Amino acid sequence: MSVASAACDATEIGARSPLLRVTNLSKSYPGPQGPLPVLHGVDLALAAGESLALMGESGSGKSTLLHLVAGLDHADSGAIHIDDVEVTNLDDDGRAALRRKTLGVVFQQFNLVPSLTVGDNLALQARLAGRFDESWRDQLAARLGLSALLDRYPEQVSGGQQQRVAVGRALAPRPRLLLADEPTGNLDEATGDAVLDLLLELAATAGAAVLMVTHSARLAGRLDRRATLAAGRLAP
Amino acid sequence: MNAEPSRALLAPLLLALALCASAPARAAGFAGLGDDALGFAEPTPGHALVFPRDHGAHPEFRIEWWYLTANLTDESGNAYGAQWTLFRHARAPRDGDGWDDPQAFVAHAAVTTQTLHLFAETRARGGVGQAGVEAAPFRAFIDNWSFSATEPNLSGGEITAAAPRFRYSLRLSAEKPLALHGEAGYSRKSESGQASYYYSQPFFSVAGALAVDGVERKVTGRAWMDHEWSSRPLAADQKGWDWFSLHLDNGAELMLFRLRSDTSLPFLSGSYIAADGATRALARDDIVLEPLEQSLVSGRLLPIRWRVQVKSLRLDIDAKPLNSQSFMSTGVGYFEGPVSFVGSQSGKGYLEMTGY
Amino acid sequence: MRQFLYALATLASHWRRRPGQFAALFTGLAVATALWSGVAALNDQARRSYDHAAGALGVGAAPSLVAASGGFFAQDAFLAFRRAGWKVSPVIEGPIRLGDKAYRLLGVEPLTLPKIARDKMPEGETLDDFLGPPGRALVAPQTLRALGLAEGATPALGDAEHLPPLAIEKDLAPGTIVVDIGVAQRLLHRPGRLSRLLLAEQPARDAPSLETIGGDALRRVEADDAPELAKLTESFHLNLTAFGLLAYVVGLFIAHASFGLAFEQRLPIIRTLRAIGVSLRALAFALVAELMLLATLAGAAGMVGGYLIAAALLPDIAASLEGLYGAELDGALGLTPGWWASGVGMALIGATIAAASGLVKTLRLPVLAIAQPFAWREAQRLWLLRQGALAALALAGAAAALLFGEGLEAGFVSMAGLLLGAALALPLPLAAALRLGEKRARGPLAKWFFADALQQLPGLSLALMALLLALSTNIGVGSMVEGFRRTFAQWLDQRLVAEIYFEASSEAQARAIETWLAAREDVAAVLPLCKARTTLRSSPVASSWPVEIVGAPPHETFSAHFPLLEARADAWGRVARGDGALISEQLARRLRLALGSTLDIPTPTGNWGVEIVGVYPDYGAAKGQMRVDHAALAARWPDARRLDYMLRARPEDAPAVMHALQTQFGAGVARIIDQASLKQRSTTIFERTFAVTAALDALTLVVSAIALFASLTTLAAARVAQLAPLWAVGVSRRSLSWLEFARVTLFAAATALVSVPLGLALAYDLVAIVNVRAFGWRLPFHVFPSQWLEVFALALLTAALASLMPIRRLARVAPASLLAVFANER
Repeated sequence: MSVASAACDATEIGARSPLLRVTNLSKSYPGPQGPLPVLHGVDLALAAGESLALMGESGSGKSTLLHLVAGLDHADSGAIHIDDVEVTNLDDDGRAALRRKTLGVVFQQFNLVPSLTVGDNLALQARLAGRFDESWRDQLAARLGLSALLDRYPEQVSGGQQQRVAVGRALAPRPRLLLADEPTGNLDEATGDAVLDLLLELAATAGAAVLMVTHSARLAGRLDRRATLAAGRLAP
Repeated sequence: MNAEPSRALLAPLLLALALCASAPARAAGFAGLGDDALGFAEPTPGHALVFPRDHGAHPEFRIEWWYLTANLTDESGNAYGAQWTLFRHARAPRDGDGWDDPQAFVAHAAVTTQTLHLFAETRARGGVGQAGVEAAPFRAFIDNWSFSATEPNLSGGEITAAAPRFRYSLRLSAEKPLALHGEAGYSRKSESGQASYYYSQPFFSVAGALAVDGVERKVTGRAWMDHEWSSRPLAADQKGWDWFSLHLDNGAELMLFRLRSDTSLPFLSGSYIAADGATRALARDDIVLEPLEQSLVSGRLLPIRWRVQVKSLRLDIDAKPLNSQSFMSTGVGYFEGPVSFVGSQSGKGYLEMTGY
Repeated sequence: MRQFLYALATLASHWRRRPGQFAALFTGLAVATALWSGVAALNDQARRSYDHAAGALGVGAAPSLVAASGGFFAQDAFLAFRRAGWKVSPVIEGPIRLGDKAYRLLGVEPLTLPKIARDKMPEGETLDDFLGPPGRALVAPQTLRALGLAEGATPALGDAEHLPPLAIEKDLAPGTIVVDIGVAQRLLHRPGRLSRLLLAEQPARDAPSLETIGGDALRRVEADDAPELAKLTESFHLNLTAFGLLAYVVGLFIAHASFGLAFEQRLPIIRTLRAIGVSLRALAFALVAELMLLATLAGAAGMVGGYLIAAALLPDIAASLEGLYGAELDGALGLTPGWWASGVGMALIGATIAAASGLVKTLRLPVLAIAQPFAWREAQRLWLLRQGALAALALAGAAAALLFGEGLEAGFVSMAGLLLGAALALPLPLAAALRLGEKRARGPLAKWFFADALQQLPGLSLALMALLLALSTNIGVGSMVEGFRRTFAQWLDQRLVAEIYFEASSEAQARAIETWLAAREDVAAVLPLCKARTTLRSSPVASSWPVEIVGAPPHETFSAHFPLLEARADAWGRVARGDGALISEQLARRLRLALGSTLDIPTPTGNWGVEIVGVYPDYGAAKGQMRVDHAALAARWPDARRLDYMLRARPEDAPAVMHALQTQFGAGVARIIDQASLKQRSTTIFERTFAVTAALDALTLVVSAIALFASLTTLAAARVAQLAPLWAVGVSRRSLSWLEFARVTLFAAATALVSVPLGLALAYDLVAIVNVRAFGWRLPFHVFPSQWLEVFALALLTAALASLMPIRRLARVAPASLLAVFANER
């Protein structure tokens, strides 16, 4: 399947129903004085190929929402549908499969495996998902400017390059949805912008929707839509 | 557990006894033994057997056996077979004292029913009193098994044997004289001169008790006794034999054997003992032994139904065993079991097959 | 599957980046397996030899009938049982001498042997050859080698007799010669006599009973599940096993330390894998598979090491087992599938134990929690508390085993509890000392030194605990062995007073030699000994025990010199009268007999009631021994062996007497030895026994050095971050290295200090509990301060060597890596 037709299919599906649908999602953490609510009835929808910046102050629950969507944490109530699959109903194996095949995750810290080369890190998730495609990996590496660095270890490349490896790793299995948690938070402005450009461009090429947590309005402006979390609710 | 060494131990014994030398190597080994001149005596034609002296052991010959097979019936009409055999094997042609005695003994006892074939084996050295054979009064014994007789024709004694699952004690009587096979007891076994001394008491009537798995029954019937000795009864190419002892319902007795050869036609021989006790040797071309049916017995393919013909007697019968699994899985295995036959004559007897 | 494989590959890639850690882990597991499997191979070898000896042609492997009074019985019994339908096979056995070595001659009747024994008869060897004439004498290959003869040789037995031609039978026990029963009766001069009837089959239910056939002359003994030799040497092997286990535990300490570190360092990888979609199940499988793979590889390497260790120790073990117990070991190490399986199994179990806590912790962590900084080690206070609690538990276990336990196992359990408890408690005094140091320290560098050492304690504690175990074992075993050596030497001096010891080759020769010696003026006394064997039972304990009974004539040689632990005043008089007996210390303990106890000794001529009038130490054999009057013994055992003699003469006349004796009688004198050589030989056996202990002891120390080395190496990387600030504020790398060296040496010294009292406690446990229960003798407790100094020096040396490489590396570390610490700071 060509990149273009994949994107085309995604659009068609997206036209029928949103790729990601979050309904009335609530989550609280245990605190010293009883449960501390973080999310309180959050609703959110994201169409295929669409990009959304999730904003809000520190502690507003941006990352929590992202973790819940990724199946890394359990919600108290509410529902998360990705491609009509109810994430909150999946067991650990099911959520792992979802992360492997449908999602791509990029964290603020680069989260590379230090003992694998850049090339192996880049291919890791695709290989896990059984979707490793060498030409796509090479294409990603070229676009990310990593072609010459494939045999190096993460500690031997710069921070910006490391984050580009993380972006490539998340996109290598052609996920439907890319989740990014402050992906440029550890980089200087110029490097961060460059990485974000690549991220958005490659996500578009791959036909992936993007849900990105950021506290920077400047960065948020580069995405299709933005939404702000405040007091546990989403204000569009 | 490795079974090989025990076979290696047994081999020389039973081999020398010519009891089914199944493997060619063993046959060759046997032939080698038979041909060397360790000073063992050889049977000679024209030698007169003298009884009761010749009922006893002949230590100057390498091998010897006393063999009794009985076809029995209990009070409800069930058929049984009983076997009692003592083999003697000499390492040197002499008697000896204590453990230095070169004579050794192996005995087999068996009981056959339609569904069971139980057997036991026991072994002994000569010279210390564990086993032996005395001529007059006749007594062959090993451990708690014995075969005795009071009369020169071996009448008036009994056989007893006991094993974990069976025991029997049978009284034997015979009105008729012994039957000497071949030329007055000189029985040829091959064209190249192998021979043995061989006589039988085929006319025993039997009465006694037989117990299987603790259940004792009164039994009666007919029995056949063989006594044979030699130093080299088989030729090098002979691999085994098929042997019949048959009690004909008309009161006559018939003994037939076929020695199978690797390289030539089988050697056939036999004796017809009329109801009055008169014995006639049967010529080789007078006898036809033809396997009709084969069956897997204890892992070997054995003929278990036979057509038996003696042309001069106009005898043509079909013989089959009471229990086709009458196999003696002793040191070296052989088939030994009661048979019944129909045709121009009917009756019962025993079939022995070795070397398969 | 794909998930699992990539997860495994990703996890394993960690080791490529940290080969040192991998090496430590691998070495720990391999060493643990090596020492354990080495000891297991030795034990297996011995056990097989005993089974061989016991099972030689089914003797002991089948139930049998023996004379109720011990000794021989008439062959008629064999016939009586056969005629009654009992499938018995006659056996006669007795000692014969070839050259200067004793062998066990076993006469069997091959036609009636039980099947299990018939199967051991030679392949290819025909029955006719064995029965003869001339028959065959079957021997194990190593016996043939030891004799220096070839197959077909017919060695002479003393006077006129010869063995039949020798033939190899590989399944025989070394030291056993199997011949036909008739040949054996002739060579043992026991025509028509038997020593046992093997039961080839259970008699039929309706067969006559044992009593009906044989009266009470014979009694039935069941097949030995534990052959006599196995029973006697059980303690010896338990000792070996305990050492093997100790080494194994020390090896596990290393593995545990490395695993802990590896799990900690790999947490980020695990978090990443989880985040990009590896399920918990796949991850768990991958972690366990990695563990098993590692354990199998290290286990295999360990097995090779174990084989080498066993091969190296086998000669000493064989020598001491033969000297102490008369047990002959097969000289070539045989490896059974069971040994391989148990070795690899121990490696797997070890790896699992070493990795379990890390594995469980890793897998139980929720994905997000991993993302947060993870407190791998609890706060130090909590850790110390836990160590203390565990130590208390272990010590309580040791005390309980000591108070309520019985037997050698309990002795070892108490020892293990003591060692483990002390090892676990070790960080407590060390931490206290370091806190004190920190409080007292003046300069900032000194303060940092103590504070930093305190912080390092948890990381090093496992290695230090291993070192403590090794050092205190060294002290404990050293004290025990040295104490034993002194006691033994003293005992030999008292016990061996005769100038010449000899053995005649036959009874006829013995009588002739006796007469000839009596006529010589340079021989002051001829003291014949006669020996018999029986099995003693005593009422206080239900068990029976094999005993050698020695009869000696009344003589000043014994009454004035023979060392006794305790005795009645008229002990020697009572012995001479025939109603008193002296028993060895181990027999007294085993059967719980004391001075004044009475005993019924079963003899061929009926029971013999004696009173225990003395107890003597016997460090020469572990078997029970009893001494009675010569004439009294000979009267009761007509078949007793009467070939041994002690001669008294002036020491300067002894060589001439020996020479004359040998010239006169030649092969009629089977063995002859003078006092000095006998002492020399005894001492050699003793030394070889403890050579094994010493070797295992040294290996344990080596292992603990490896542990220390491994811990220091794995910590070295982390040290850079801690040392960088000091370097930044102006402490040179050279000074930092010295401080590191001082810190490690200080730790080792403190550990050595603790190991002295622990070692002494261990020595006491060995002398007062383990030895008594294992060998039946109680030795005086000695203390050897010079040994402590040695151990102290050894500890410092170990630490110095172990710390050398990491410190050298630190001294040469590039300033860039120190700088990187700051660059990476986030």
